[in-house]
Amino acid sequence: MNIVDILEEIEKVDGEVYERFSPRRTAMKEFFNIGKKVSLAAVPMALGSMFTKAYGQSTLPSGVKAVLQFALTLEHFEAAFYTQALKASGGADFPGTAQGTSDKTAIGIISGHETSHVNFLKGVIGSDAVTAKASYDWTASGAFPNPFAVGNYGVFLAVAQALEDTGVRAYKGQAPALVGQGGVLTAALNIHSVEARHAAKIRYMRSQNGFAIKPWITGGNDSGVPNAAAVYAGEELTTQATISIIGINGTAVNAAAASESFDEPLTTQQVLDIVKLFGVS
Amino acid sequence: MKNLQEEKEMLQEESSIFNSTLQRRSFLQYAGAGAAGIALIAAGCKKDRNNPMEPGATGVTLDFKDDFGVLNYAYALEQLEAAFYIQVAATPYANISAAELAYFKDIQFHEIAHREFFKNALGAAAIGSLEVDFSKINFADRTSVLGTAKAFEDLGVSAYNGAGSLLKSTVYLTLAGKIVSVEARHAAYIRELISPNSFSNVEVVDMVNGLDKSRNPLEVLAIAGGFVKTKINVTNFNA
Repeated sequence: MNIVDILEEIEKVDGEVYERFSPRRTAMKEFFNIGKKVSLAAVPMALGSMFTKAYGQSTLPSGVKAVLQFALTLEHFEAAFYTQALKASGGADFPGTAQGTSDKTAIGIISGHETSHVNFLKGVIGSDAVTAKASYDWTASGAFPNPFAVGNYGVFLAVAQALEDTGVRAYKGQAPALVGQGGVLTAALNIHSVEARHAAKIRYMRSQNGFAIKPWITGGNDSGVPNAAAVYAGEELTTQATISIIGINGTAVNAAAASESFDEPLTTQQVLDIVKLFGVS
Repeated sequence: MKNLQEEKEMLQEESSIFNSTLQRRSFLQYAGAGAAGIALIAAGCKKDRNNPMEPGATGVTLDFKDDFGVLNYAYALEQLEAAFYIQVAATPYANISAAELAYFKDIQFHEIAHREFFKNALGAAAIGSLEVDFSKINFADRTSVLGTAKAFEDLGVSAYNGAGSLLKSTVYLTLAGKIVSVEARHAAYIRELISPNSFSNVEVVDMVNGLDKSRNPLEVLAIAGGFVKTKINVTNFNA
C-alpha cells in the first residue's frame, strides 16, 4: 500500500484533496514528500520481510512451499528462454527493422521480470529452492522447430506466446492452494497478472509481425501451432460456474467473446505434461 | 457501517492529527479510510451533503463480511468498466482505426460478460446498478479515451489482485483469477496503443521483484469514485 500514490491518484480527480485533509496545504505537501522518500527506500525491504514476518522461512507450510517451488521451476525455464533469446550469438533472430528493434526491447523487459520472479521466489523459499536445469530442449522434443535458428523468428514468438499463456494458466491453477495465505497469495496473483501482460504483449507483437492473433485467447488453441494444443486445452469454455456466458441476460456476447472474457486454469499435472517436453521437471 | 461523511468531518475537526505522533500503522489505516470517503463524497455526493434522506443518498453498500461483499465489489468495478466501453464503442473517437474499433468492441463485450456474470452469480445478493459520471472524459478524443481505459484496466488488475486474499472460497478465487488475467491483457494492449513497450512498465510493475500492483478496496474506490455518482459505502473492511 502506497499512500502517496493513492493521494496523487485522488488529486487527479480532486485537486483539493490535500486541503480536505488539512487546511495547511504546504505542511501536507512537505509531509508527503518526506513520506515518498521513505516509502520508496523501504519498498524492497518491506517486500522481502513480508514473508519472514508472516511465517519465517523455516516454517513455510509444506503446501505453500510446494506451490512456490512449482512456480520457481517454471520461472527458471522462462528466464532461461529469454536469456537465450537475447544472446548475441544463438539468440532469437530479431528482424533488422524498427519493429524488430522494438520487439527486442520488449523481450528484454520480459526477461528482466522473469529473472526478478526467479530471485523473488528463491528469496521466499530459502536455501532449498529448486535450481535451474543446466539446459532445456527449446524444440519441445521436436514439437516445434528451433525457435533460435536463423529465419525462425516467427517460431520464437509462437513459443514465447505458448510459454506466457501457460504461465498465466499455471499460476491461476495454483491460486486455490494458496487461499487464506494472505501475502503469499497476493504475491502469486501479482506475478500472475504480470505474466498476462507479457502474454498479451507477445500476442500483440505477433500481430505486428503479420500473424493474425488477438491479445486475448479466442476459443481454444488460437496460436496457429497445432502442437500447442495442450497449452490451450479448455480455454474454449463458455460456461462459468454453471452460468452460460453466450448471450447472457439478452446481451450480444457471442461465443468468441464468451471464451475470451475468461482465462482458464491448468492443473499442476497439465502444466508438467506441457513443460516436460522442454526438459523441465 | 462507517458513515463516510461523519468520518470526513471528524478529519477536518482534528486537523492537527497529522502533527501528532501517530503510529505509522494507524496513520495509514486512518488516511486510507478517510481518502476513500473524501473522494467518494467529493466526486459523487455533493448534492446529498445536507440532505441524507434525498433519494440516492444511501447508495449501495459493499459488505465485506463474506465473499458476496467481494463479488459485489468486483460487480461494481465491472459495471463501471462496461459502461465506459459501451460508450467508447457507441461513440468512437475521431479517426479510430478499424483494428482499434474491433478490439474496443471485443473489450466491451468482455466487460459486459463480466458484469452480467457477477449479476447472475450474486442473484438476490447483488447490489443495484451504479450511476456513472463520465463528465471528465472526452469520448471524441483518442488521448482521453486511451488514458481513461489505461487507468481503469490497471485499476481493475490491482483491485482483483488485492481482493484475492479477502476471498474464502476457492471457487470464487479461481473465478476472480479467470477475469483478472483478461483485464491484464486489456491493460497491456491499451498501454501499447499509448506508448510502445509500456505494457508492464514501472508504473504498474515493481522492477525489483517483478510484481504487479495490488490495491485494497478503499484505495480502489477512492479512485473509481471519481467516475461514479452512486454513493458506495464500505463496511466490515479494515485495511
